[in-house]
Amino acid sequence: MRAPLAWQIATVTSIRQETATVRSFTFAVPDWQPHLAGQHYDIRLTAADGYQAQRSYSIASEPMRIGEIALTVERIEGGEVSTYFHDVATVGERIEIRGPIGGYFVWEAAMGGPLLLIAGGSGVVPLMSMLRHRAGAGAKIPTALLFSSRRRDDVIYFDELESLRAADPTLHVFHTLTREQPPGWSGYGRRIDRSMLVDVLAAIGGPPRVFVCGPTLLVEAATEGLVGLAVDPSQIRTERFGPTGV
Amino acid sequence: MNERSDSASDGSIEVDGAMTLDGNAVAGLLEEIFATDLTAQPCICATCGDRAEAGSLRAFTQAPGVILRCSVCGEVMIRIVQTPDATFLDLRGTASLRLPRPTA
Repeated sequence: MRAPLAWQIATVTSIRQETATVRSFTFAVPDWQPHLAGQHYDIRLTAADGYQAQRSYSIASEPMRIGEIALTVERIEGGEVSTYFHDVATVGERIEIRGPIGGYFVWEAAMGGPLLLIAGGSGVVPLMSMLRHRAGAGAKIPTALLFSSRRRDDVIYFDELESLRAADPTLHVFHTLTREQPPGWSGYGRRIDRSMLVDVLAAIGGPPRVFVCGPTLLVEAATEGLVGLAVDPSQIRTERFGPTGV
Repeated sequence: MNERSDSASDGSIEVDGAMTLDGNAVAGLLEEIFATDLTAQPCICATCGDRAEAGSLRAFTQAPGVILRCSVCGEVMIRIVQTPDATFLDLRGTASLRLPRPTA
């Protein structure tokens, strides 16, 4: 068993703008422990008057970057913690964190597949950790990502997903844009539905292990759709996020 | 059938779908209390008997405290309230929890 979960001070070492409202923050973590893809860290901010705000953010990086982690944070208007990350934090910022946390929504290559990952918006973050881990481990487990975003400019990690897919014929990436599709868009242009799920299941073959992360309505639509297509409910793991997850 | 389960069966629990999180969101708090990760451990609902990992329970975190409800019957399974010097834990709605023992 690991040491008790303790708060520690991590330092921001780099910041990357992913989309207009999403940034990735890399932290140097003094008491670093390897994580499992899908786990998260808790972040705690303390104001001068002692008021504290705490949120949890999924780890975006693969498990084996020793001594550091990356978190991807979407700026939520009115959010207490995400606005601090986006509007205040710079390289060198020292932030209180604890983790890695969680053992339910996790995947490692040894668990096998085929793997079906379904994401809505920043729900892609823990799934990206799984894809980065899978690529780093050289695992050729048939895998599909179905990723729902509003517009093309809102798609987090678009270029990296393209590179991963180009390098690996066993990885299938499906995008759907629910609000607006650019001219010539070849992906889907609607909310996740049954015929989309039929397509992604066909791409990987075999009964899949499924991870779904996103807003509750997307999680429920995807889960109900998959169960209706005879996917074993015990193989579907979900993580919901909402306004309190900002 | 007790009063609490009556209230669930007549649909009187109002859940704002968009606000619903799940047990994963409070994994850190659960680990702080139980000294082990609880999200991958099975919990049995005292109301309907459903057995599910704590990570899959519905979590409500916007009140002054944390409520975890059964994903099947909707009844409260775990209540947690923290003050500056104490944690209050109400497990009336949970028939059992599994806590792994240290292997060391």
